[in-house]
Amino acid sequence: MDIKEALITLTNACGVSGQEYNLNEVIIDMFKDYVDSTEIDSLGNVIFCKKGTNNDDFKIMLAAHMDEIGLMVTRIEDNGFLRFTEVGGVDPRTIVGQEVLVHGSKVIPGIIGTKPPHMMDKDEQEKSLKIKDMIIDTGYRKQELIKYIHVGDFISIKRETIPLANERISGKSMDDRVGVAVLYDLAKRLSGFKHYPDVYMVCTVQEEVTMSGGTTSAYSINPNIGIAIDVGFGHTPELNKSETLMMGKGPGITLGGNVDNNLRKRLIEIAKEYNTPYQHSVEPGPTGTDGCAIQITKEGIPTLVISVPLRYMHTSVELVDLKDIRFTSILLSNFIKSIKKNDNSFTEEKLCY
Amino acid sequence: MIIDSSLLKEIVTTYGPSSREEKIRNLIANEIKEYVDEIKIDALGNLIAHKKGLGKKIMISSHMDQIGLMAIDIDEKGFIRFTNIGGIKPALLLGQRVRFENGTIGVVYSEKLEEDNKIKVDNLYIDIGTNGREETLNKVKIGDICIFQNEFLESDKVIISPYLDDRIGCYILIETIKNVMKNSNDLYFVFSVQEEVGMRGAKTAAFSIEPDIGLAVDVTSTFDTPKSEKLNVKLFNGAAIKAMDYSLIAHKDIKDALIELAEAKGIKYQIEVLEHGGTDAGAIHMSKSGVKTGAISIPCRYIHSQSEMVSKDDIIMCLELLKAYVE
Amino acid sequence: MLLEILTQANGVSGNEKEVRDIIYREVEKYADEIKIDKIGNLIVHKKGTKKSNKKVLFAAHMDEVGLIVTDIDEQGFIKFTTVGGIDKRILVSKTVNIGNKRVPGVIGAKPIHLQKNDERDNTIPLSDLYIDIGVDNRNEAEQLIEIGDYIAFNTKYEEFGDGYIKAKALDDRVGCSILIDLIKDDHIEYDFYAAFTVMEEVGLVGAGPAAYSVKPDISVILEGTVCYEMPELDSHLIPTQLGQGPAISLIDRHSLYDYELREKAIATAKRYNIPYQYRKTSSGGNDAGEIQVSRSGSKTLALSLATRYIHSTASMINKDDYYNTILLIKHLMPILCEGEENDNRF
Repeated sequence: MDIKEALITLTNACGVSGQEYNLNEVIIDMFKDYVDSTEIDSLGNVIFCKKGTNNDDFKIMLAAHMDEIGLMVTRIEDNGFLRFTEVGGVDPRTIVGQEVLVHGSKVIPGIIGTKPPHMMDKDEQEKSLKIKDMIIDTGYRKQELIKYIHVGDFISIKRETIPLANERISGKSMDDRVGVAVLYDLAKRLSGFKHYPDVYMVCTVQEEVTMSGGTTSAYSINPNIGIAIDVGFGHTPELNKSETLMMGKGPGITLGGNVDNNLRKRLIEIAKEYNTPYQHSVEPGPTGTDGCAIQITKEGIPTLVISVPLRYMHTSVELVDLKDIRFTSILLSNFIKSIKKNDNSFTEEKLCY
Repeated sequence: MIIDSSLLKEIVTTYGPSSREEKIRNLIANEIKEYVDEIKIDALGNLIAHKKGLGKKIMISSHMDQIGLMAIDIDEKGFIRFTNIGGIKPALLLGQRVRFENGTIGVVYSEKLEEDNKIKVDNLYIDIGTNGREETLNKVKIGDICIFQNEFLESDKVIISPYLDDRIGCYILIETIKNVMKNSNDLYFVFSVQEEVGMRGAKTAAFSIEPDIGLAVDVTSTFDTPKSEKLNVKLFNGAAIKAMDYSLIAHKDIKDALIELAEAKGIKYQIEVLEHGGTDAGAIHMSKSGVKTGAISIPCRYIHSQSEMVSKDDIIMCLELLKAYVE
Repeated sequence: MLLEILTQANGVSGNEKEVRDIIYREVEKYADEIKIDKIGNLIVHKKGTKKSNKKVLFAAHMDEVGLIVTDIDEQGFIKFTTVGGIDKRILVSKTVNIGNKRVPGVIGAKPIHLQKNDERDNTIPLSDLYIDIGVDNRNEAEQLIEIGDYIAFNTKYEEFGDGYIKAKALDDRVGCSILIDLIKDDHIEYDFYAAFTVMEEVGLVGAGPAAYSVKPDISVILEGTVCYEMPELDSHLIPTQLGQGPAISLIDRHSLYDYELREKAIATAKRYNIPYQYRKTSSGGNDAGEIQVSRSGSKTLALSLATRYIHSTASMINKDDYYNTILLIKHLMPILCEGEENDNRF
């Protein structure tokens, strides 16, 4: 499977935060030939490990979250309409008129409806819609619907991923299946050579809600280095250049408090050495990625955060460039290759960063 | 099963705001000590009761702390200014009667304001009926915390009282401890501290216990009152099995097991989805390598007011569900 | 005063090295064990001649609020964003130092003559602010600075008025300074740990890992805290006051401080006639928030120095407060360290 195919497969599958187990089969199938072990932990993180040549338990953990934002059923109205709430940060304005899948004991398609514009007065039309003003219409009557659907069932956005020009691809849940695709491409690359550290590739759960997957998997693995692979804001006309990443110009390497500065510099040196494109991404505070969770695990873990540029974040038309996925996995692969036994900058107590 | 009203009343009316849980902790410890194998109190003050068994290690948590008001300043006339401990709507405080740990009683009132609907905690004060700062200082120190003066009311169907959040959970845990069969599972009952200010007790308790499964027993809001939001939980509709709140998406295994059990035993239940608010379960599931966690909630109207209302039937359904689950 | 060296050093959250190096040099000779952990906290163990029943950790954070370079434009102007909670309104017309080479720059503003009326009435948004370092284009700028350089305020340490100190970064170099004084003090007979933490200002990052490795029974957080004492304010709205002694915390956004420890601190202050005050606001927060819930939890006490104009370019403390805080800690130390046997058992 090439990257494009992998990303399309990953994004066409559904795994709202809390329901990531839907993805296990797809993901494990993709990775299994390239890793030494696969584990699913108690919260549902999928942890792949590829052993290194080390004899000192040197571990590097790469995390990409597999969950996606979505919705959840909160009430079934007498006429069969479903009321719902958000799971993760959904922009209510982007889901009006959206087709969805309701994951009950059977998957039922539906449409998100609201009051038509003809029925609204002028003031109302100016205001943005709230989730409480919307319903999901499945076309079923209540008596039929309650056989399959219950309060608490997950709802995913229905969207088929489409390729655009210039190796660009758009669809739902690119945040952060694109990170999983990076891990997949990396796993393939790593299978071609021997490396010193044990490489743990973790598809984490629930990043969009509580970051519990990143927190707990980092606790069990307790790596020497943690790397979160997530998405960064791609540049569009309404955004400042200084706050965004250009498409197709390589991953954003985050700098700021969440990131170990020595590791970051080393990553940049490696990017330069191999001529891999990269960009800077400045985030002085918490990055809002699994990197935050990993960094403060146990006695603290030196952490990197790498962002794949992505436009239209948290909509169902998230857009990424396949080149950026390749650049990211090449960079990571070279980084992992560069880690050698007795590498002072990793093993010694750090007095100088 | 019937509800032991006198015990419940005692639990609900005993002093124990966040960080000052000593009195309620002693009461609960005395109540359960003969039924458990070991009782521990940790650094933050959690009461951890262990009932040994061979099966899975299950942590069941209800918080014993309450919301309250902490004195931060006493003016020359003896009026006490305060800050809130836990989430409290200032408007609900106006005219409220309060009681400090040493029994000092008082009333909350407001400065004269231009617009009454813009009332903030900064505008309110406690009057304990003294004449001047010195007199007040004899009874209340800065940093002392008061709670709502309790009145425990019951009808044939409901209980009305402040602090059913989460003393009703504590009551359910106590009754479970007393009535649970010779258990096959290894049970840790945690009466946690400081939930109202950010689930702090459950976090440290889960760290020391290292459970296989976590379960919180707490109250949840109902959406059956005039013009309430379009959510599901209603009073009188039975035990609420949590699907999601702000702090947790319940683990599928736990949620499904609770539903199956309720169906099998004919226990009346409903599914809970809450947009705001969290419980100890949020802290437990993030502990160490992760804990499969769910929650049983008691439907409760008017949470964090002086008149919280729960249904007696719902309590019994929660009790039966919890007992069945841990067994 | 050591505080001068500490506050003249730059250590914006995430870039604490300069401050850490100074502290390391200061305490090296006095510490029994000293380590820098994986995320940059400096952790010191000072052994005492008397055995401590309780493991006591003192914590102060090394970092300060500041700015960071996000972009350099064609003309060489520098775009930036804030690190930690800074009131953006204070930034205009200030001088700064960029990067470890301390390249000087100024944050300019459109002249008041050219501003329209509504511009005058509104705060200048951060996205309209930039730093001028005197270069003509991006190339020249890139010779001197790079994206990601941390920017610190350029403020001189000065003692002035009736026993006051003005400097930047008093939150929390003042805590660091007190902690260094304690480590150097040979009259302290008890065993204790000191953590100089990183990145408190951007979300209490360093404290949790530090507490995880020390595993304290009791923690004392030393802080510079908010002070605001306008004459028209009612007394309950004044969080702390300068010159009234160490401020003992009751509650903040992250912590409810342990009642017994607080009572012990107050009893000690009264006994030795040391002035003290309460920190009256429930807003804000400090490293205690993470330390108290690390592992199985620990009890926390926070002692703070009232600091006026905190999180701005120039903050201010009172020298007596400084000495009284040290005095209180010295008297409190035996009480904390000896603890009470089984005071937590049922």
